[in-house]
Amino acid sequence: MSHVRRPAPKELQPTSFAFTPENLEKANKIIAKYPEGRQQSAVMPLLDLAQRQTEGNWVPTVAMDYIADMLEMPAIRVYEVATFYTMYNLAPVGKNFIQVCTTTPCWLRGSGDVVDTCKKELGIGVGETTEDGQFTMIEVECLGACVNAPMMQINDDYYEDLTADTTKAILDALKKGEKPKAGPQSGRKGCEPIDGPKVLKAFCGCGAAPQDADASEGDA
Amino acid sequence: MQAKGTPDMLQDKDRIFTNLYGFQDFGLKGAQSRGNWDGTKALIEKGRDWIIDEMKSSGMRGRGGAGFPTGLKWSFMPKESDGRPSYLVVNADEGEPGTCKDREIMRNDPHTLIEGCLLASFAMNAHAAYIYIRGEFYHEASNLQIAIDQAYEAGLVGKNACGSGWDFDIYLHLGAGAYICGEETALIESLEGKKGQPRLKPPFPANAGLYGCPTTVNNVESIAAVPTILRRGGSWFSSFGRENNHGTKLFAISGHVEKPCTVEEAMSIPLKELIEKHCGGVRGGWDNLLAVIPGGSSVPLMPKDVCDDVLMDFDGLREVGSGLGTAAVIVMDKSTDIVYAIARLSEFYKHESCGQCTPCREGTGWMMRMMTRMVRGEATLDEIDLLWDVTKQVEGHTICALGDAAAWPIQGLIRHFRPEMERRIKEYRARIAA
Repeated sequence: MSHVRRPAPKELQPTSFAFTPENLEKANKIIAKYPEGRQQSAVMPLLDLAQRQTEGNWVPTVAMDYIADMLEMPAIRVYEVATFYTMYNLAPVGKNFIQVCTTTPCWLRGSGDVVDTCKKELGIGVGETTEDGQFTMIEVECLGACVNAPMMQINDDYYEDLTADTTKAILDALKKGEKPKAGPQSGRKGCEPIDGPKVLKAFCGCGAAPQDADASEGDA
Repeated sequence: MQAKGTPDMLQDKDRIFTNLYGFQDFGLKGAQSRGNWDGTKALIEKGRDWIIDEMKSSGMRGRGGAGFPTGLKWSFMPKESDGRPSYLVVNADEGEPGTCKDREIMRNDPHTLIEGCLLASFAMNAHAAYIYIRGEFYHEASNLQIAIDQAYEAGLVGKNACGSGWDFDIYLHLGAGAYICGEETALIESLEGKKGQPRLKPPFPANAGLYGCPTTVNNVESIAAVPTILRRGGSWFSSFGRENNHGTKLFAISGHVEKPCTVEEAMSIPLKELIEKHCGGVRGGWDNLLAVIPGGSSVPLMPKDVCDDVLMDFDGLREVGSGLGTAAVIVMDKSTDIVYAIARLSEFYKHESCGQCTPCREGTGWMMRMMTRMVRGEATLDEIDLLWDVTKQVEGHTICALGDAAAWPIQGLIRHFRPEMERRIKEYRARIAA
């Protein structure tokens, strides 16, 4: 990426890292996906595994070194990968890592309201973490859920079809330690029109039974 | 251009992705009830040449954006191995702003993709396929992995896949947030465990791709359509759409429509029909339309008068100076700050430039900064020409198409909305003079 991403300062860096036995087993399974001698292919999934294991959801430099040893590749090649891909956090983030999409399709549907609501409700700016370490909020580029815009990702979950009100409701629930239901907050299931599917009704339980409509079966 | 449309909507019996909206089970049982994995062994037994010929006769053009004929692409792969294995790599790094169709296939109809991988890999003499999915699609990857595990357990993939005698392995690989990895050679680099920076071509991946071996990279939608095309015949698929633009296609319509949605329709459907039939129309009515970006953020926008009768296919959109791209339709009504809408895309491309080629690394920054000033009119009139000139210095001067993709939206803006840009500049200059 053509913007600067550097590892966290020394004060924040732990001095050791090792996969837990459970994650070590996962790591070996990941490495086995790639042909012999091509174990470097596993560097991205292993960095992800290291991030998930680390308190604060980030990748310390020692973890990069550990992975370099494991995959028998130069440490600099791991640093390159860790700093190139934006999903690797190079410093600790809050327990709820909020990524609001603000690219044009989300902006057209009101992503500005989502960002403003996060700022107001959490009392932080973009790129900041709340004092209690519960929330970090950043703006990100297109997350690929554009017909359900505007949307944000919190940890692994997408929250879609947002408004200022539903954004606030999600944040309120998280503050109480609850896990709000992911997906569209507008009542629709997925990417169908808001008032229900206009096509494929037989496949959506809102029309004729599937066996009646599926004339294509005869062609198979 | 004649605005010839199909009189009726595509019928459900001709839709490939029948669980697009996810109301049914995405797993193996649900998939089989929808006709997936039916007679796969018999399709394989018809042989490699038959599969490639059917794909050629279907007229399928790649659904990832470039629109290269899929059957022809497959035929570039070596027929006999020279000792190196061949690979199929599926590009599931969906990230072109506006695009969210592959996501629906992977989370709701993953078996269409897995079966397609087997058939495509067999046709290209590949015993292994890697699906490279963007890292943010955690739940989509999770559904897909469940489906892959089910397919292994049922003997549909793995050793002697479907009892065909063909050994086939399929693996999922997650990205980590880099748009550039949607470029096929950057994707290959990333899959090899490196920074995702595109390679110079030639050599093309069919000669030297993943691990230096023959590789074909195909989009999710292209591969997931393969089983149905083979079952129903290339001529069925080619019966939709105009000459050279055949098939059914997933369209994702976002922005200022009443009801944004993703829908599978016949190619060459008029844009207006697509928006009015499936999305409840433009917010505030068709006359409230300002412009449409018809194929994901990389293609130039079209002002309303072009939208009135344009057909949604590769050739129709190229004729009007835009492109079908990923068929991600971004609709903007008259309330839109059109200069900001494009400036925001310039910011996107600046953020996503991999930094390898100087014209793109520096040019995307130049373009973004100039566009930011254009939003407020903080410029001189001749800077519009300077901005045009910068886009021309980036376009065509980079290894991959990201440079072009960053240039085209701005060119589209200047071509169609120059008076608006000039108005802002004049107002700003009048303000500071006062």
